[in-house]
Amino acid sequence: MAQIRVQNLRKDFGSFSAVKSSTFTVEDGEFFMLLGPSGCGKTTTLRMMAGLELPTSGEIYIGGEEVGMKRASQRDIAFVFQMFALYPHMNVRKNISYPLVSQGMKRAEVAARVADVARILKIENILDKPVGGLSGGDRQRVALGRAIVRNPKAFLMDEPLGALDAEFREHMAEELRALHDRMGATTVYVTHDQLEAMQMGDKIVVMNHGVVEQFGRPQQIYDWPATRFVAAFIGSPPMNFLEFEGSIAAGGSQVTLGGQGVQVPVSREGLSGKLTLGARPEHTRFDEHSALRGRVLATEYLGTTQIVTVRTDHGEIKSRIPSNQHARVGETVGLSFDARTLTLFDSLTGRALLSEANEGVLGHV
Amino acid sequence: MSSYSVAEPSGAQKLVAGALVILYACITSLPLLWIIATGFKSPSDAIAYPPKVIFEPTVEGYVNLFTTRTRMPQEQLDALGPPQTWYDKIVRKDGVIITGASRFAGRFYNSVIIGFGSTALCIVLGTAAAYAFSRFKVPFKDDLLFFILSTRMMPPIAVAIPIFLMFRQLGLSDTHAGLILLYTAVNLSLSVWLLKGFIDEIPVEYEEAALIDGYTRFQAFYKVVLPQAATGIASTAIFCLIFAWNEYAFAVLLTSGTAQTAPPFIPTIIGVSGQDWPAVAAGATIFLVPVMVFTILLRKHLLRGITFGAVRK
Repeated sequence: MAQIRVQNLRKDFGSFSAVKSSTFTVEDGEFFMLLGPSGCGKTTTLRMMAGLELPTSGEIYIGGEEVGMKRASQRDIAFVFQMFALYPHMNVRKNISYPLVSQGMKRAEVAARVADVARILKIENILDKPVGGLSGGDRQRVALGRAIVRNPKAFLMDEPLGALDAEFREHMAEELRALHDRMGATTVYVTHDQLEAMQMGDKIVVMNHGVVEQFGRPQQIYDWPATRFVAAFIGSPPMNFLEFEGSIAAGGSQVTLGGQGVQVPVSREGLSGKLTLGARPEHTRFDEHSALRGRVLATEYLGTTQIVTVRTDHGEIKSRIPSNQHARVGETVGLSFDARTLTLFDSLTGRALLSEANEGVLGHV
Repeated sequence: MSSYSVAEPSGAQKLVAGALVILYACITSLPLLWIIATGFKSPSDAIAYPPKVIFEPTVEGYVNLFTTRTRMPQEQLDALGPPQTWYDKIVRKDGVIITGASRFAGRFYNSVIIGFGSTALCIVLGTAAAYAFSRFKVPFKDDLLFFILSTRMMPPIAVAIPIFLMFRQLGLSDTHAGLILLYTAVNLSLSVWLLKGFIDEIPVEYEEAALIDGYTRFQAFYKVVLPQAATGIASTAIFCLIFAWNEYAFAVLLTSGTAQTAPPFIPTIIGVSGQDWPAVAAGATIFLVPVMVFTILLRKHLLRGITFGAVRK
């Protein structure tokens, strides 16, 4: 097992830059998520780590060794493909033992290792079946088996649950996480599903347009997004954004929004011009005394909570409130925010302003 | 039940369909059966009118095909004593004796060498080129592919004269290598295009998985891509072989002796000792066998290959 460090990684395809400059570190034994919308460069980054693409520039270190230009076979990593990529002309046993055969391992040892893996993944009963007739879940297990049988330095997974149906996905996600915890293997996992990333990852890198937007633990990223893109991409429903013209001074803790003062965490930097106030729906509550008022457009019942959409002068705002709280479509309500949880963004760059609250998370960037 | 029903057809429908298929099979195989039958007729039965469907089978045609004979007066024949072998006996009736082996065996052997040789070369080169076109960034890839296809846009025989002159200059006339090269050149475009289609259908992830599993690019190609391309390779091989095996025009033009293939040889049987149709038919029958065996061996692949990719899996 090993630490993986990616430094200023860049990949150009002709005039298009798939990955512009990625820098992050995957600690030994971590379950690490590469998250982003399609086309953001996450898969390209993973493929460069695997050696399936060569970087245009930058370095990749696996276990302290620079491997950027090395062949995939020399990196001692395992890769799990979205479409599983099981060799169709071999049965399950041969598929799993294939990486061992390439190392010239003795037959008895190969058999023992395959049996071991089959036991861990509970696929002993299908070992001699052809892979063609297997269900999606079993194929996934075989693909995992082929990856873990080698005891590689790291596992790289490209949306491994993407081809499974929703119900089974949940189950496989738990299984995968349990397997990781048991083996303690460094794992890099690519996904476009923010829930999957939050649920499974120790750490998340959020990428967009080939750029790393933010890198940290799921809760840090959820609570203190570094950019407006991250704030919008993570969370369902996403963060509310209220755009306004105004200013905040370094050390200030109040902005004026539509003539009304709103408390925010003490800012570490000053900016005036176009600003955006970001508030998570669960930190947005009904307040009869607030001057920020709007009409209820819709309510969405979610069991213990409900999402209420309110149209205000600053756009539509969603609020997550307990289901038993009264909210009727058409009525006018006041809204206020939990001051400690708010983030201010520079509207032009989308960057979050440093404040007393988020500097612990964003300060080191 | 309507005639467009997707349900299982009824017994009567199956019967009609079966009868039609058998009728069609009979019509198409009739010429073939006629040739095979003619090979076993005596020369007089072969040219009998009305044609004889029931006849006394003889292998005289086959004996004539493989031998050269000479006619002898009866008293000299009697002086030779009784015929030594069964085939001597057959020809002795007509007042001839066998003087040696004909050149058919050699011509047939030439056909085998040239047909299978050019097919093998076509498959090796075609697979390599198709893999490269399918997987790698090749500069001017589309133009090159179009250029390769364009070699098929005229009948090859249209360039017979330049090829004839070229072969004479290069000393390739009447050599195995010459015809193998020519048939490979003609078939290669077909082979590259067909195989590229098959290789395109094989997901690249299989090779990537093999690369990560510790194999080199060539091992990945050899151990993962080739087994999956087997269907395509088999059907391409059959197309190439059938073309090279049946080719007549270039074979007539470019070979005369050592490298002559069976197609130009078989018609020359007529004229050597009269219109010996049974011998011609026997030659044609034997000539059919290799391609038939080859096709039957690969027919499962051929059927899958022809419809491959028609329906997305």
